[in-house]
Amino acid sequence: MKPATIINVLVVATLLVAPYWLNAYWVDVLNSIGIYAVLALSLNVILGYAGLFHMGHAAFFAVGTYTTAILNTQFGIPVLWLMPLSGLTAGFFALLVARPIIHLRGDYLLIVTIGIVEIVRIALVNNVFGITGGSNGIFGINRPELFGYVIRTPHEFYYLIFGFAAITVLLFLRLENSRFGRALNYIREDDVAAEGSGIDAAHYKLVAFVLGAFWAGMAGTIFAAKMTIVSPQSFTFWESVVMFTIVILGGSGNIRGVLLGAFLIVGLPEVFREFAGARMLVFGAAMILMMIFRPKGILPAQPRTYNLDFLAGPRGGGK
Amino acid sequence: MSASPLLRLSQLTKSFGGVMAVNQVSFDVDHGTIVGLIGPNGAGKTTVFNLITGNYRPDSGEILFDGRNIVNMRTNRIVTLGIARTFQTIRLFQNMSALENVLAGCHCRMRSGAIGAMLRLPWQKREERQALEIAVGELEFVGLRSQLDQAARNLSYGNQRLLEIARALATKPRFLILDEPAGGMNDYETQVLVDLINQIRERGITVLLIEHDMNLVMKICEKLVVLEYGVMIAQGAPMEIQKDQRVIDAYLGAPDDDEDEDF
Ligand SMILES: Nc1ncnc2c1ncn2[C@@H]1O[C@H](COP(=O)(O)OP(=O)(O)OP(=O)(O)O)[C@@H](O)[C@H]1O
Ligand SMILES: [Mg+2]
Repeated sequence: MKPATIINVLVVATLLVAPYWLNAYWVDVLNSIGIYAVLALSLNVILGYAGLFHMGHAAFFAVGTYTTAILNTQFGIPVLWLMPLSGLTAGFFALLVARPIIHLRGDYLLIVTIGIVEIVRIALVNNVFGITGGSNGIFGINRPELFGYVIRTPHEFYYLIFGFAAITVLLFLRLENSRFGRALNYIREDDVAAEGSGIDAAHYKLVAFVLGAFWAGMAGTIFAAKMTIVSPQSFTFWESVVMFTIVILGGSGNIRGVLLGAFLIVGLPEVFREFAGARMLVFGAAMILMMIFRPKGILPAQPRTYNLDFLAGPRGGGK
Repeated sequence: MSASPLLRLSQLTKSFGGVMAVNQVSFDVDHGTIVGLIGPNGAGKTTVFNLITGNYRPDSGEILFDGRNIVNMRTNRIVTLGIARTFQTIRLFQNMSALENVLAGCHCRMRSGAIGAMLRLPWQKREERQALEIAVGELEFVGLRSQLDQAARNLSYGNQRLLEIARALATKPRFLILDEPAGGMNDYETQVLVDLINQIRERGITVLLIEHDMNLVMKICEKLVVLEYGVMIAQGAPMEIQKDQRVIDAYLGAPDDDEDEDF
């Protein structure tokens, strides 16, 4: 077995049995990590693959979370049924807001997307359409039910969250190794050359936004179900920064890197809780050092490999 | 030659601020020919290319490709219609492999999207294989198959130019425009390039190229178009152009003027 395969197996096995040894508090920490991991993976489509500096992902997460919260509390629709719908709402919202800004570059896009998070948060605080519950938020969201089994405890949520994360990883791996994933990379590398090669850059950027938002919206459903209470405080600019940092620090464009980033950024501060005041300082210093010594992240994106064995000719193998 | 040309430019004009980069330029490119666009630095040659490929919008004038006006069409649409290009300053995806650079060209002839990729349907896999086959084939055609794993930035300058041609060919063009393909190549590489361009024509692809290497131009083009200060001052067979007094004064004058090239 290749070392990478062994690591994969070990990580998956550890994750499967971890809740066994951990108390509710630590499982809850893992649950947070899992949700952030999904969010960061969805942001990675936009920021990592397509290279679009999007710092407003919390806005899409918020739209998904509130869609679930509102429809569940108002109409009693089972939470997990609302997952695709929350994804669609967030995706549609992304379509609306991203379309006019899609041509912006780098720092300009960054600033506008920060603005989007703030607009959404303020709209929620101000109880738009009278359905978001203002700054108190929405209470009494139902527990999710899977095959007649109600999910309540952190341990139960753990398998729901990490199950969803696993599906996300598998699907996004396929996405990465496809015509779509390549197209986003070409655009990131040089969008003039990409268009000159026949790729509709504007279209793909938009699809990246919509897909990333769709996934963040679905993560919102799980978040709403886990919290049972949602309020605007969960969707501040800071949340966007955390997601952004996970992707950049872990390894932009690399699924493993993003997963590792989620564990480090969300998990480490919990581990070093005793050091209270100093921990953010140490954390900040570590990040600065990282960006100096590993500017492409802890696990930078690796080139894709192609199996060319099916080709006849002088040189079959790709690697 | 068939009656209607593959490409017809009429009264094409483009200015940047006060500079008339292209001024009332009209010429035809017939099916199956190799046409050279020449002229001194800053004459507007690259601008003509950028107008054809939709990178710039003309101020006025028409561009007919196969009888169809392509002015105001987006670049990727124009590529899909069958016009491919290379860039004067190489624009490869430098951090990606040679193979993936060529796969970029295959993109516009494929259809699977994000959902197809996630579901990995059988036809999607088949399409992916076909694309790989085409990409490897084009790398082989330009002589870079053995380097398909290399990141584009690690290739020599001459090979980077060939890789751009392979990427352009992977779009299955009917019309290929090359902006100074021999720029930065040594004599041997230039000779290989001449053979390659002839082979491209044999594949039924019409070629329009910008080139300062007069030797190369005289050898492979059946028609030359000469620009100076955005104005077309002559067009015709290479032998006539060589004798044209205006062209000699404007461009050919001092024999062997080596220029530096920059976008
Ligand atoms: N994007 C642009 N903005 C402003 N001016 C431009 C632009 N592109 C070209 N020009 C100007 O238009 C004129 C023609 O430039 P162009 O690049 O087409 O020349 P060229 O014939 O390709 O020259 P060379 O042989 O040096 O490549 C030049 O004066 C140039 O400065
Ligand atoms: Mg030029």
